Amino acid sequence: MADVNITVDGRKLTAPAGTLLIEACKSVGIEVPSFCYYPGLSLQGACRMCLVEIAKMPKLQTACTTVIQEGMAVTTASDTVHQARKAMLEFVLQNHPLDCPVCDAGGECELQDMTFSYGASESKLIDFKNHKDEEQWSPVVFFDRPRCILCYRCVRVCGEGMDVWALGIQNRGALSLIAPNQDDHLECEECGMCIDICPVGALTSGAYRYKTRPWEMNHVSTVCLHCADGCKTTLGVRRQGSGNQIVRGDNRDKSGINGDFLCIKGRYAFDFIEHPDRLKQPLVRKNGTLTPASWEEALELVALRFREARDTDGGASMGVIGSSRTTNEENYLLQKFARLVLRTNNIDHHRTADFPAFVNALSGRAHATASMRDVLSAPAVLLIGNDPTYQHPLLAWQIRTNVRLHGARLYVVNSWPIKLTRQAKEFLQIPEGAEDKAAAFLAGDDSAADALLTSKTTREKLAGFREKLQGEQNLVVIFGSELRGQELAALVRAAARGAKYICLGDHANSRGAADMGLYPDLLPGYLPLSEAARFGEPWKSVPQQPGMDLEAMVAAGKERKLRTLYVVGSNPVARYAIDPFALAETFVVVEDLFLTETADLAEVVLPAACAYEKSGSFTNTCGDLQLLRKAGDCEGVKPDLEIIVRIAELMGFDIQQLAPLDPSGMRADFGESRGVQSGEVDQQAIWNRRQGYEPRVSPFNPFAVLKEIQRVVPGYNVGQLELLSGNDVHTATAGRAPGKTEADRFILPSHENLFTSGTLGRYSDVLNRVIEARLRLPNEKEKEIAAD
Amino acid sequence: MADLVSHPDEVRVVSKRFGEGATDIDRYLALDGYKATQKALTMGADAIINEVKASNLRGRGGAGFPAGMKWSFVPKQSPKPKYVLCNGDESEPGTCKDRLIFEHDPHSVIEGVIIAGIAVDSHQGYIYLRGEYRYLIEIMEKAVADAYARGFLGKNIFGSGYDFECAVQTGAGAYEVGEESALMESLEGKRGIPRIRPPFPAVVGLYGGPTVINNAETLANVPHIILGGGEWYASLGTPKNGGTRLFCLSGSVNKPGVYELPMGYNLRKMIEVAGGIWNGRKLKAVQPGGSSVPVLTADETDIPMDFDALMKAGSMLGSGAVVIIDDSTCMVKYALRVMKFYQHESCGWCIPCREGTDWLKKTLIRFHSGGGVRRDIDNIQYLAENMLGRTFCPFGDAAAMPTISLVKKFRQEFEDHLEGKPCPYEDHGKIEHLPVLTAWDHRTADPWAQAH
Amino acid sequence: MQFSDQLEKRFAELQTHYPIKRSALVPMLLYAQDEVGHVSDEVVHEIAARLDLTDLEVRNVVSYYSMLHTKPIGKYNIQVCTNISCMLRGAEKVFDHIRQRLGIGHKQDTPDGLFHLEEVECIGACCWAPAMQVNYTYHENLTTEKVDEVLESLRKKETQ
Repeated sequence: MADVNITVDGRKLTAPAGTLLIEACKSVGIEVPSFCYYPGLSLQGACRMCLVEIAKMPKLQTACTTVIQEGMAVTTASDTVHQARKAMLEFVLQNHPLDCPVCDAGGECELQDMTFSYGASESKLIDFKNHKDEEQWSPVVFFDRPRCILCYRCVRVCGEGMDVWALGIQNRGALSLIAPNQDDHLECEECGMCIDICPVGALTSGAYRYKTRPWEMNHVSTVCLHCADGCKTTLGVRRQGSGNQIVRGDNRDKSGINGDFLCIKGRYAFDFIEHPDRLKQPLVRKNGTLTPASWEEALELVALRFREARDTDGGASMGVIGSSRTTNEENYLLQKFARLVLRTNNIDHHRTADFPAFVNALSGRAHATASMRDVLSAPAVLLIGNDPTYQHPLLAWQIRTNVRLHGARLYVVNSWPIKLTRQAKEFLQIPEGAEDKAAAFLAGDDSAADALLTSKTTREKLAGFREKLQGEQNLVVIFGSELRGQELAALVRAAARGAKYICLGDHANSRGAADMGLYPDLLPGYLPLSEAARFGEPWKSVPQQPGMDLEAMVAAGKERKLRTLYVVGSNPVARYAIDPFALAETFVVVEDLFLTETADLAEVVLPAACAYEKSGSFTNTCGDLQLLRKAGDCEGVKPDLEIIVRIAELMGFDIQQLAPLDPSGMRADFGESRGVQSGEVDQQAIWNRRQGYEPRVSPFNPFAVLKEIQRVVPGYNVGQLELLSGNDVHTATAGRAPGKTEADRFILPSHENLFTSGTLGRYSDVLNRVIEARLRLPNEKEKEIAAD
Repeated sequence: MADLVSHPDEVRVVSKRFGEGATDIDRYLALDGYKATQKALTMGADAIINEVKASNLRGRGGAGFPAGMKWSFVPKQSPKPKYVLCNGDESEPGTCKDRLIFEHDPHSVIEGVIIAGIAVDSHQGYIYLRGEYRYLIEIMEKAVADAYARGFLGKNIFGSGYDFECAVQTGAGAYEVGEESALMESLEGKRGIPRIRPPFPAVVGLYGGPTVINNAETLANVPHIILGGGEWYASLGTPKNGGTRLFCLSGSVNKPGVYELPMGYNLRKMIEVAGGIWNGRKLKAVQPGGSSVPVLTADETDIPMDFDALMKAGSMLGSGAVVIIDDSTCMVKYALRVMKFYQHESCGWCIPCREGTDWLKKTLIRFHSGGGVRRDIDNIQYLAENMLGRTFCPFGDAAAMPTISLVKKFRQEFEDHLEGKPCPYEDHGKIEHLPVLTAWDHRTADPWAQAH
Repeated sequence: MQFSDQLEKRFAELQTHYPIKRSALVPMLLYAQDEVGHVSDEVVHEIAARLDLTDLEVRNVVSYYSMLHTKPIGKYNIQVCTNISCMLRGAEKVFDHIRQRLGIGHKQDTPDGLFHLEEVECIGACCWAPAMQVNYTYHENLTTEKVDEVLESLRKKETQ
């Protein structure tokens, strides 16, 4: 659109036509205060804080609803404007309690800040303030009416943003209040967006309120460890005892791929960290019982048994199961450990999507994967299978927001009218399990149509749907684990004209685990085993034969041919319902946070740090690479990276061949690799430098591993500075995954919903309380109706 | 049924069928009914708008915006249907004129709606009545049904090939819905919160379509203008203030009632029309346009009653409600009663109106019952002045303007309430005197406590 | 939930008036209240279902309009206007008188459930002040004697 010239406080500025005055002012650094205006949400004009003078207008105008016009002359700094702002604050403080010292929002309250900047220092109120007791609306949402300034941000973010519409405005005038959908409580997705967006202390979080003051926390931006979307979450940490304790999660840092968004898990479900059942000491089985042991004892036992097995029966008798929740560095190192130290390709992980077939289908096409940011800006989106609202909350947010703000066209193919069909332009309801046929049909196979017909889906509808899609340029195609192998490949090959793809895995680093080669037949970057040598000299010894997959390992266990099984951050026994006796003769080592069903069978259990307690990187399901930053500490545990290296070392392996020692760290390493928090001084480095010593070199440095990954794994050679400044960087799918055209039968969708997250969810008090509250509600309601 | 009054100075245009049994459609037809509609159908849109423009008919709801101009803002072409709304949510304190029109001459409103429809090429009208006017809803619904039965509404009205549908809608108790965009919200089944403007209703109104919305009295005048001609109508009033107006003369007078007088009729004479001040009292003040306008003192009442003259005098003609106040009235109490109304009716959307009215009401209650302190007086004025012109819709101005004028013009009465003095106008034996704040009972005075 | 045939007919007729279902909400609530006595949870739920709205959306609207009650009130809702025009002509005296007669205050009900008293804002009877509405019926130019007559006739109607 054409640009428009205006003058603000004598400064000339130019902005695109259609720009709101408040945004135009912001673009040149002139702050126009507001409560109710929030970018991306509908306009309200309700708080009247943004009143400014516009030449030739008789009254003050709201900058948040005024679209700039050529030649407009605006004054934001006159006495009249100042008086209007001051008066607005006096009005809103009429009833607002002035007890900031005990308010949970004190220190990060917009009303407090604005009163400081524009307000009056004395209150004119003689009369009483209206009072209403605080209410609890859900395990995580509290509402304090007197603090509410009725900016309606919560109502809008819940309705327009989340499409949940659980908050309403009731009564009128001075009695107006925000009300929950179930009269006295909320039934919603518990995302907590209303709390985050509340400018004051009216909506507070049940998980955080009154725990600390905001200025007592450090704020660490890291990546959420739950689903595969990779939201940036800001963890508020506070010194406590021997380390940092995480007291809050929110998205204060809106620079992430998730912008304003965070779901219940990203916001609250870090509390498993402090669960009393958390493993904090290694366990070794003695006389049939897992008994606490020292790290030395446990690691030496593991090294001894691993070396025995390798040296007597060879790597073929050893198995390794990796994790879709550990970092790329750990996964990379784990497969390197399996292949170089144990000399086996028997490595697998819990697969939730057919990434190899995806990569295979994309080979030769650069820039064919969509990033999470692309979903927010694409002109059209096709979604086949999956239910992002519950399984990929950020993806669902991106789609909804794109439809709402940019008018994107959403096409949905599903066996069920999922919630996102509300935003859909076209919805194709197909029989259950026919997603692959739908993909085939959309790829041009007319014979697949028969399997798609339902009472709602006619041949004409199918044809029309396909035709509309063919007319879409720059389409983003998203599909769940329903699509595998050939159909997936057919779909990917069929679309053209700038189409980009997203293949949906389920866990925080599902994509990373696949990219890092946790497959018995694929190396990092989906390279065939025959290309091992390109990873370096030691790799020449990697066996050329594919190893055993998880199923084969279990079968080998049954035949007593599996001597050892090293399970890192995974619970295959529960996930795959493995017969516990199958592993009776296998020396099982488990690294985990909790005593899972798999750990219960182990000879040695090693307590691991979770992703919030270490540095490293995650790759989300779109292929966006982001850095984790260490936030919390848990005494007694170690990151998997360190454990792997220590086992290798104790096995007598030259660890320089496993873990790169990089004295320079990374170019922009300000101590993050040593666990230094944002804003802290790297005391260790200063001391080293002052003494004239080399910076400390550690074999447990995830950044050194990341450097190696960037060097050797196809697609990962991305900008470091971007990563280190906390930004997401999209990786390329440069691998080949040869021969990956058969559907991967080992894919097991995790079936997580908004309130579950595997083992981590089971130990999250907040998630459990929310689940219980939701279960309790209908029964209570029934009782009430019966009593009537 | 409300009583009718009459006076020789009256010029009966819009009230000419009052008491003539015109609710009956045959009787209405006998009294020139539906002739204007038939004429309008032959005139064409532009001619109608020009006639209305020539009549200098200005909005009778309160703002006084020229009706013809309002209609001309509606775009000729629109992808969305256009609508005509009759605003019969008459709620401005002191105003009871639309009630008489609906009661005595319902078809004139329907005619006005149809003609406005023809003028802007709309095919759907709604007549919105406040919920309290239940008996009028019945009258209007019957009138609409009768008009449909005769083919005056519906498909091909009067065999002209023009279709026009019309329905009656009820409110459910909300002054704010009288604001045009809030009325549209209400008609769309929502809370009566005004909309952001621009866009104005003429461009984006009901259901997103271009919409003409006029007060019932404005529309009821239209058939007379079509038949009598714009020039004739304009000549009844003063320049730029065409025609006559239903003035609701109420308060401290001997013969309160709704009188149709020419625009520009002198206010003092008007009080005489209403039989003069009652009980041998003297005139103290007049609120010349409903509770929303600045008051005039007795000295300021020698003034022609039209939009421009009152604007010049620092007040407004408003809705035609003339509230006459005698000298036994406590103006602090009057200010309190006005503010109590606005506090009750504020929609609560924007901060200054929601908080300002509540704050002012609290202060005025305390002040009037003897708990006032000196700085309250300035503070009342300060709060009202800071609401003025800064609220989301004109409601805030409506609450602020009378308050500011009352403090300015009757400051002495406020002073007389200070220092724990009892209200000089109350029956002292009966009033429980409150020493400043100590006896203040928060539980009964807190509106939030009352709500539950 | 089923309403009377007459009301059902009215609701069906209402739907023919608008291009969107929701437009019928305010009249439906008021007419349902007239029949049921108040806007009960059941009414909210029923109307929400009929108009494809959530209960919350309906409650948001119900709570906005002052004529809608969510709790049962006395059979005869006595609404006394005390706004300016009525106040100037003795509305407060009228209100006080009724308060004493019925022994109840603003927004209260008599124990027998017969009367509900409310001080209301302008009801459009300014030229016939003071005035009140008993349910929808206007009583104007009130005096204390006239009020007594009205109350008496309502009581009588009940005992017959």
